[in-house]
Amino acid sequence: MLQYLALAAILFAIGIFGVLTRRNAVGILMSLELMFNAVNINLVTFNKYINPDNLTGQIFAIFVVVVAAAEAVVGLAIVLLLYRNWRGIDVDRINIMKW
Amino acid sequence: MLENAYLIMFYPLFAFVMIVFFTRWKEKLSSHLSIGMILLGFIHSVFVMIEMLARHGQSYEKAIPFLTLPNFSLELGIFLDPLTAVMLLVVTIVSSCVQIYSLGYMHGDPRFSRYFSYLSLFTFSMLGLVLANNFFMIFIFWELVGLTSYLLIGFWFEKKSASDAGKKAFITTRIGDLGFIVGILILTAFVGTLNYQQVFERVASGEVSATIVTLAGIFLFCGAVGKSAQFPLHVWLPDAMEGPTPVSALIHAATMVAAGVYMVARGMSLFAGSATASLVIASIGLITSFIAATIALTQNDIKRVLAYSTVSQLGYMIMALGLYGVDYAHGHHSAGYVAGTFHLMTHAFFKALLFLGAGSVIHAVHTNDIQEMGGLSKKMKITATTFFIASLSIAGIFPLSGFWSKDEIVASTQGHPVFMFFTLLIAFMTAFYMFRLCFLTFTGKPRHEEKYHHAHESPKSMTYPLMFLAFLSIFAGWVGLPWLHHGFSSFVFHEEVHHAGPQYILMIVSTIVAVSGIGLAYLVYYKKKISADVIAEKFKPIYTLLYNKYYFDELYDAIIIKPVLGLTNVLWWFDANIIDGLVNFSGWLTVKWADAKQLFDQYVVDGAVNGAGYLMMGLAWLFRYAQNGSLQFYTLIVAAGAIGIVIYKVTPEGFYYYLAGLLIMALSRLLVRSLRTERANSGAKYEG
Amino acid sequence: MMLSYTIFLPMVGFLAILFTPKEKIWTVRWLAAIFSFIPMILSFIITYDYFINSSASSAFAFVEGPFEWIAAINVQYFLGVDGISVPMVFLTGLLSFLSIIASFNIENRVKEYFAFFLLLETGMMGVFCALDFFLFYVFWEVMLVPMYFLIGVWGGPRKEYAAIKFFLYTLFGSIFMLVAILILYFSFDPHTLSIPQLIEQAPMMTRTLQMLCFVFFFIAFAIKVPVWPFHTWLPDAHVEAPTAVSVILAGVLLKMGTYGMLRVSWPMFPEPLRYFSIPIAILGLIGIIYGALVSMAQKDLKKLVAYSSVSHMGYCMLALGAYSSVTAIAGCMFQMVSHGLITGALFLLVGVLYDRAHTREIAAFGGLGVKIPVYTGIMVLFSMASLGLPGMSGFVSEFMVFVGAFGSFKLITALAVLGVVLTAGYMLRMVQRMFLGEFNMAKWGGLTEINTREILTVAPLAVLTVALGVYPSPLSNLMRATLENLVNLMAR
Repeated sequence: MLQYLALAAILFAIGIFGVLTRRNAVGILMSLELMFNAVNINLVTFNKYINPDNLTGQIFAIFVVVVAAAEAVVGLAIVLLLYRNWRGIDVDRINIMKW
Repeated sequence: MLENAYLIMFYPLFAFVMIVFFTRWKEKLSSHLSIGMILLGFIHSVFVMIEMLARHGQSYEKAIPFLTLPNFSLELGIFLDPLTAVMLLVVTIVSSCVQIYSLGYMHGDPRFSRYFSYLSLFTFSMLGLVLANNFFMIFIFWELVGLTSYLLIGFWFEKKSASDAGKKAFITTRIGDLGFIVGILILTAFVGTLNYQQVFERVASGEVSATIVTLAGIFLFCGAVGKSAQFPLHVWLPDAMEGPTPVSALIHAATMVAAGVYMVARGMSLFAGSATASLVIASIGLITSFIAATIALTQNDIKRVLAYSTVSQLGYMIMALGLYGVDYAHGHHSAGYVAGTFHLMTHAFFKALLFLGAGSVIHAVHTNDIQEMGGLSKKMKITATTFFIASLSIAGIFPLSGFWSKDEIVASTQGHPVFMFFTLLIAFMTAFYMFRLCFLTFTGKPRHEEKYHHAHESPKSMTYPLMFLAFLSIFAGWVGLPWLHHGFSSFVFHEEVHHAGPQYILMIVSTIVAVSGIGLAYLVYYKKKISADVIAEKFKPIYTLLYNKYYFDELYDAIIIKPVLGLTNVLWWFDANIIDGLVNFSGWLTVKWADAKQLFDQYVVDGAVNGAGYLMMGLAWLFRYAQNGSLQFYTLIVAAGAIGIVIYKVTPEGFYYYLAGLLIMALSRLLVRSLRTERANSGAKYEG
Repeated sequence: MMLSYTIFLPMVGFLAILFTPKEKIWTVRWLAAIFSFIPMILSFIITYDYFINSSASSAFAFVEGPFEWIAAINVQYFLGVDGISVPMVFLTGLLSFLSIIASFNIENRVKEYFAFFLLLETGMMGVFCALDFFLFYVFWEVMLVPMYFLIGVWGGPRKEYAAIKFFLYTLFGSIFMLVAILILYFSFDPHTLSIPQLIEQAPMMTRTLQMLCFVFFFIAFAIKVPVWPFHTWLPDAHVEAPTAVSVILAGVLLKMGTYGMLRVSWPMFPEPLRYFSIPIAILGLIGIIYGALVSMAQKDLKKLVAYSSVSHMGYCMLALGAYSSVTAIAGCMFQMVSHGLITGALFLLVGVLYDRAHTREIAAFGGLGVKIPVYTGIMVLFSMASLGLPGMSGFVSEFMVFVGAFGSFKLITALAVLGVVLTAGYMLRMVQRMFLGEFNMAKWGGLTEINTREILTVAPLAVLTVALGVYPSPLSNLMRATLENLVNLMAR
């Protein structure tokens, strides 16, 4: 069980590092996917080891996958729009949401 | 006929309503309707009289409730007794004559229909006044006759003097009515009823204290003072002559002004309950009579002379009634009551005749000034003859009706020497001024050729009423012949018949007085043996005083009207400036207070609020650098925070190292940033 | 539900007018007419039904409720009428409709005008029907706002001043009333706002509190009446207000003061009433004489009529001072009704003349009787009614007031009788200067006679004035049981 959790933690850490450091918006999205997957692994793991009789965790994981897909769609659409308006997808430049 | 005697008053009311709403546009129909209705009333009154004679003067009463409240109720009703019956006849006869006369007199007036509607309304009110069975109802009609009098005096309202006179009449009589109201209030409060019979019973039974009777009597009499133009409220009547002459005849000579006398006679049981009140009444009557007779000596307006003569004669009646009251209070009956009511009746006829005759003259010569007349008897035979008959009657010449009634009045002063002396003096003056008027108007040379030239006898509709009234002026008094044992005095009486019988000495004395008055007038104005101007010159101050009517109008103007009007303006100023000033001042004060508070607000309260704002702005200026718009930076903070919390939970000491690490990283990043150009800004520009 | 319909139908009309486009002037006018006509008919039915079925007892009729409304503070929806409110409901219904008809010549902001007018009617009706203090107070205040705008927007040259003065003055009084209501509310356990219940209980309060409440209520109502010296808002408001609003002001609003006294403070606080009865009668006397004298000094016709109201309401106060006499209180009610009719008509007539001549200065006219005889006749009729001529309602009421008050105050009443002459003085002076005398053809040659619509607005008032003067017993019978009960309450 520990291995699974460790894997998930590592994946999560990688994801968060990516989100924080990538300049490229697409990269950030990909890092987000990593974090989702870390969560999915956690869900499945806990389901398997703590309450194997019902499949709540697994179903949740499937939900997350679906939502992640949807999120990716929306996210990519935003990225596309960003690109059109800013001629680039460098998130450092996109800082109009300040004072 | 007694049961529906109330209809008598409704005939003219019907005429009034019909004229106002329906027949106003048809002059002839309106006038005939009005006359027809009053004639109907006259016929009905005759039947009432016959029935009243048949039941030997037994009274009849019928009433309906007007207003009913606990402890207080008012009723409307009719009360018929011989006095009522006589008054009904007098009013309907004079009204009929005047209305017929008006057909000719008012011919061609643009407000012809309206004139007849007013006359009908007046007759209605007067009949209601006569028929009333309680003090409340008499007051209602009392006021209504006042209204119609106002309307008719001011009938030619384009003339300022006419509208002034109307107003003066209304307000002056209303001042008297104040007393009337207070009297009625005293009756309601202390006697508890307004019905004549009940009031009289309670007064007679001694339930009501003497003071109350005196007070009630005097206050009620105030009403009569106003209406019957007694001193000191007599000033309105001469001015009332601004109205059309038939109106003067009907209202201001024969009927309405007699209302006061009627009321005193009607309420005799109350007035006679107090010797004081009766004495006041008698004195006022005498004073009025004397003042008016003296003024009449010097006036030149034909109607004014007659008006003052009316005032004087009314004073006579009031005096006679008052003296009766005095005698009654002292325990014996005298001729006064009969004298007053009898004279009321005869006077109505001959005074109406005098006024209608004067109207006929004015109609012919278009002036009121007797100095511009003269010699008219040649041109106006009927008018002159009837006028002379009336003058003889009022002067008290045997055997005309005025003689009998005046004789009674003189008889009523027996036992009151002062009253008797002045009564005879007034009788003398009456004879003198009446014949002064006759001689100046109808005899001698015309003093105004042009007006004389245009003069002509009046049309038949005017002369027939004159003749009819002349007939009454001669014979109406015969119902009260002292030799008759079932005459006027045994029909109209108070409590018990007082039949004095013929008193030859008094008759002779009063005849001598009257004849000498006429004789003096004959010498001065017919034979011109004595020059009137010389006498006037000799007694200049007295003449001026009399000619100016004792300056009553000026006096009232100075001591009442001017101060009241002044007071109104003072109060108006007070209201607009002091009371309203206080209101506005408090408003102003509130505004000023608000201003002061605004300053406080601006600098202290707002200062504090704004200070907090400025502080916030300063802080915000610092903290806004935390918000740099970079999503990643925010996420970094969140992640750092989350990690920090975890670290704190695990090793609180390690948390400080963690914080230190973060700080170092942040500073180093700032260092790097400051060395590089800010790409974010260039991005913003790029967008623009 | 009769009362609720009567109260809230004008409100429905108000909403209907709000949803009408403002260009449709005639729709608005007819909506207003209809929605005041139905309440008028309802008020007639209420009066008739009350007269037939309920006037024998002093109990409230057409009672609605008490329904719980705001439970937390025990506020109830509680309506009902008795012998003193029925005549007022009648008067309100009648005068509102006539005023709306008389306002058809308003051209400026028609929609808002009629909307406010209907709202005003709701307020007035509500005050006369409410039996719960909260409800009473709400209606009392509801009335103020439309009145403020009606004077302030459609008024004369000094309309803003007059409107503000009216509003603030009345509000000032209302605050005292509110305080008094709160005192009453907290004085009893369980707390209640029901007027009939408080009438039962209030005399059990301490003397000081009773005095305080009485004075507070008195200030609130006295301003409305208005009692001298609180009267100065009245001439300004009357003069500046448009004709129909003056009619409502004089005909209904002033009555709220005296109505409030009779409904609330008089029966609730018999002890302070005994204590203050002479000062109240004296205030009435001052009002009568002072109002009449100041009236005499007026140069503006409308102001004259306005001050005559001060004088005429003085009779009510005199009667209210003599609380122990049913005759006096009945006289007060008669005077309220008859003053509503007569002064309402006088204001309508002033408006008729003003519409044509564009001036109200008495001295500017003269001899109008020649040119416009019908108008003159009606005006003289109402002047006579106002000066208390027998045969008109004013006489009956004044006479009853005098008779009733004389039992308690001999001297004060005898002095008050002077008012009768003074009233005659200023009314006749006015009539003479305006309608009699020389007619100025050059200046007023173009004056037109009163038209049919205007006659129709005045005619019902004339008929009622004469009817009440000739045959007053229906009204007195209608009120009799209630008044007897009231006098018993006041004599506790």
